[in-house]
Amino acid sequence: MKAVLAIIRRDMTLAVRQGGGAGTAIGFFLIVVSLLPLGIGPDLNLLTRIAPGALWVALLLAVLLSAERIFQPDYEDGSLEVLLASPVPLEIVALAKALAHWLTTGLPLTLALPFLGILLNIDIADIGPIMLAALLGTPALSLIAAFGTALTMGVRRGGLLVSLLVLPLYVPALIFGVVLSSGAMRSGPGYAPPALILAAITLGAVVLAPIGAAAAIRAHMK
Amino acid sequence: MSSMQRFANPTRFMALSGVVLPWVAGVAVVLLGIGLYWSLFIAPADYQQGETVRIMFIHVPAAWNALFVYTFMAAASCVALIWRHPLADVAAKTAAPIGASFTFLALVTGSLWGKPMWGTWWVWDARLTSVLVLLLLYLAYMAIWRAIDEPSKAGRIAAILAIAGFINVPIIKFSVDWWNTLHQPASVFRAGGPAIHPSMLWPLLIMAAGYTVLFLAMHLSAMRAEILRRRIRSMQIARLEG
Repeated sequence: MKAVLAIIRRDMTLAVRQGGGAGTAIGFFLIVVSLLPLGIGPDLNLLTRIAPGALWVALLLAVLLSAERIFQPDYEDGSLEVLLASPVPLEIVALAKALAHWLTTGLPLTLALPFLGILLNIDIADIGPIMLAALLGTPALSLIAAFGTALTMGVRRGGLLVSLLVLPLYVPALIFGVVLSSGAMRSGPGYAPPALILAAITLGAVVLAPIGAAAAIRAHMK
Repeated sequence: MSSMQRFANPTRFMALSGVVLPWVAGVAVVLLGIGLYWSLFIAPADYQQGETVRIMFIHVPAAWNALFVYTFMAAASCVALIWRHPLADVAAKTAAPIGASFTFLALVTGSLWGKPMWGTWWVWDARLTSVLVLLLLYLAYMAIWRAIDEPSKAGRIAAILAIAGFINVPIIKFSVDWWNTLHQPASVFRAGGPAIHPSMLWPLLIMAAGYTVLFLAMHLSAMRAEILRRRIRSMQIARLEG
């Protein structure tokens, strides 16, 4: 447990001090959101309608943008081999690193969502579900990104490849995240079904993604 | 000597597949010939869809095989990861381009069928989107094989990806039941028997068998080519090492 906390603290410190942490992700998020009205025109009704989907796509891209730092620097400078030799199981290491990534990317992006949502003219009543969706969904995004980057460690043009690998796996989280965010559930079945499915996706990712990531790291290190 | 040991099993495979391949290819040609003639000339036109229903005989078997090949690929990847069987590695790698072609064919014929039936080439419904995701997974799988130079490492990494992507297969299968979409639900393999008239079901099943045997024939020859390619590679390395 102490080792896990140490890994999380180390990764967060690195993310903050090297830049490319929360600030960059939020900056990227802000730019994508501000490009959107420029691209489709400033019609507020239209923006309200497409805002949940647009926010989620921007969220996926922002998470993906910083995903490379989960394993790539440690692979290059050799500290991943030290982690591999440590008594902590590699699966737990992967889980800790994904958690650190979420704390420096997914969580700040979730907190930034209401402000960006207001920029896109979202109904104030919808802010709560959007944040709930992001809170439930972004851990899965970080975990799946950790799996994807573990697969492409040390590969030429790995950044481009990782989006090709990871985006298909993001589809379920995206679908239910947008369903929960869009306010379509306000009448009818209520918020519970998509929220529960999103939570299930994240819980599934908590179990499966570290196993996959650890298997990929072992294959790379052999 | 170690290279001889490594190819001990593939050698037997090469001998066996060399004998079997012409027969499998012949069966594929016969089945596809009968199936195509039956579905394009004998089978009746649909009372609602008219002649366009014949697209089904090309489209549905391609979609079935797209899923079948991915399932096969994931299973072969499991075998390759667990038992390090060299043939399983080759089987998974060479199945991917064929599966991607089936997926592409299903998407294109579905689009051609959608235009007269639904009035649009493409809709973002659950079935279409998840099949598109399947195509992307095939492409990602092929990309990662090419991106990693060392074949044994590339094989393991690609196998892990194939198994992770297998999550998509049940999603595709049940997408039309889970979401209310434009694409029709399953009408052949369902509880209570097929909902399709025998005059159309038979040519459809023959076409499906023809596609599957065609996959077998293409896959066998692709595996043979891959094994030969690896042999040439190891010979070249051996020569360079002198």
